[in-house]
Amino acid sequence: MIEGIKTFGQYLTMLGNVFSIPQNRKVYFRRVIDEMVKLGVNSLAIVSIISLFMGAVVTIQTGLQLSNPFIPKYLIGYATRESLILEFSPTMIALILAGKVGSSIASEIGTMRVSEQIDALEIMGINSASFIIQPKIIASVLFFPFLVVISMAIGMFGGFLAATLGGIISEAEFFQGLMYWFEPYYIFYALFKTVFFAFAISSISSFFGYYTKGGAIAVGKSSTKAVVYSCIVVLIINFIITQLMLA
Amino acid sequence: MISVSNLNKTFGLKQVLKDINFTFETGKTNLVIGASGSGKTTLIKCMVGLHFPDSGQISFDGESFLEMDKKNQRELRKEIGMLFQGGALFDYLTVEENIAFPLNLFTDMSKEEKRERVDFCLKRVNLSNVNSLFPSELSGGMIKRVAIARAISMKPKYLFCDEPNSGLDPQTSIIIDNLIQEITQEYNITTIVNTHDMNSVMEIGDNIALIHEGKLAWKGDKNEIIRSSNKELNNFVFASQLFQKIKA
Repeated sequence: MIEGIKTFGQYLTMLGNVFSIPQNRKVYFRRVIDEMVKLGVNSLAIVSIISLFMGAVVTIQTGLQLSNPFIPKYLIGYATRESLILEFSPTMIALILAGKVGSSIASEIGTMRVSEQIDALEIMGINSASFIIQPKIIASVLFFPFLVVISMAIGMFGGFLAATLGGIISEAEFFQGLMYWFEPYYIFYALFKTVFFAFAISSISSFFGYYTKGGAIAVGKSSTKAVVYSCIVVLIINFIITQLMLA
Repeated sequence: MISVSNLNKTFGLKQVLKDINFTFETGKTNLVIGASGSGKTTLIKCMVGLHFPDSGQISFDGESFLEMDKKNQRELRKEIGMLFQGGALFDYLTVEENIAFPLNLFTDMSKEEKRERVDFCLKRVNLSNVNSLFPSELSGGMIKRVAIARAISMKPKYLFCDEPNSGLDPQTSIIIDNLIQEITQEYNITTIVNTHDMNSVMEIGDNIALIHEGKLAWKGDKNEIIRSSNKELNNFVFASQLFQKIKA
């Protein structure tokens, strides 16, 4: 318990150091762009593949549940859209990114720590926490919502393919369902929680990387811890935000 | 000149540095020697602010480092160059980008000026045609030389070298030692080298501090080493049969 409070205190201290004014805005801006490419653009492929199949499976399973002739078929498209927007795209993609991006951030920063690159930054008079971590957090917070929007679109396309190619419902019925009773607030809710997920994943992973002690084995342990804790925090945040915004 | 007075540092229950007093002189290659685990690296890390001592004073040309606020410490650190044991080059940057790294952050130099400075620093460490290589493509000796080039790119007043010869063959070690000494004299900087390599000690030891079990056990220069009757120094120096023969 005391260890947990200590670790949380250390995390808050790190965040205090992270959010200081950048020493050189030009270099900082370039680093944010680099991180967007590394953490965001490079995740496009995995997000697209997962979303395509996720949408297809959601449609097939919803089709199975709604096989009653008294329930209009277009509700399959509606249920697919709602499931993807409300839960699957933001939360599933956040969990996938916690694995991919989280482990990448923790191992990168952890390796910098054990190979004394972070000490080298400090010796040069650079606030290492701010220089390394801040661009990663900013890039994640800005880019993850974009990934989630793409995931929603591709997921719906996957659902459309499954519905039409699998003969579950017609093209027209699926589109009717997709456009039925659309609530823009749900998009806001999904993107709002994505911002929190992005912050949690990038900052927690950075924390475990930044405080790595030891050698290669310690880097591996930090990476594992980063993924586990990021996933748990994402699920807790999901519950809290859903309770506050939808209940 | 850097002076350290009454410096103490404890990790848990173990006191690693015990009341260290020493002056590192400008224009000289100051060596901190001692067996592994004696506290050399801790001393250097305290001096550059990577560890905070429990008590004592560290002053850079009369200015107390420990009494400075964080901002001023960062400003002072811009005058410090450090060569780490493994080089600590940024592995995602090329050699040129590594050397230009502090220049990009702290100077208003044009691209051309930065390139000239990088080329000058590389030439100074006897390297050429390596600008576009990544650290993973360099040999151990080349990594050390690029790290020295990066350390001198901002024209530092103080140069710290942590085990500059570790993992290098004897010939390359001599090259690195000579380079450190030449740079020290040429730019009249205060250089502190942490080593347990006796060849380095005898080559470049202008001002030497022997740390034994966290205490300053002996101080002097390379010419006094052989003649000294200090027990800890003799145990350290004459552990090698070669040096025993030299003494005999």
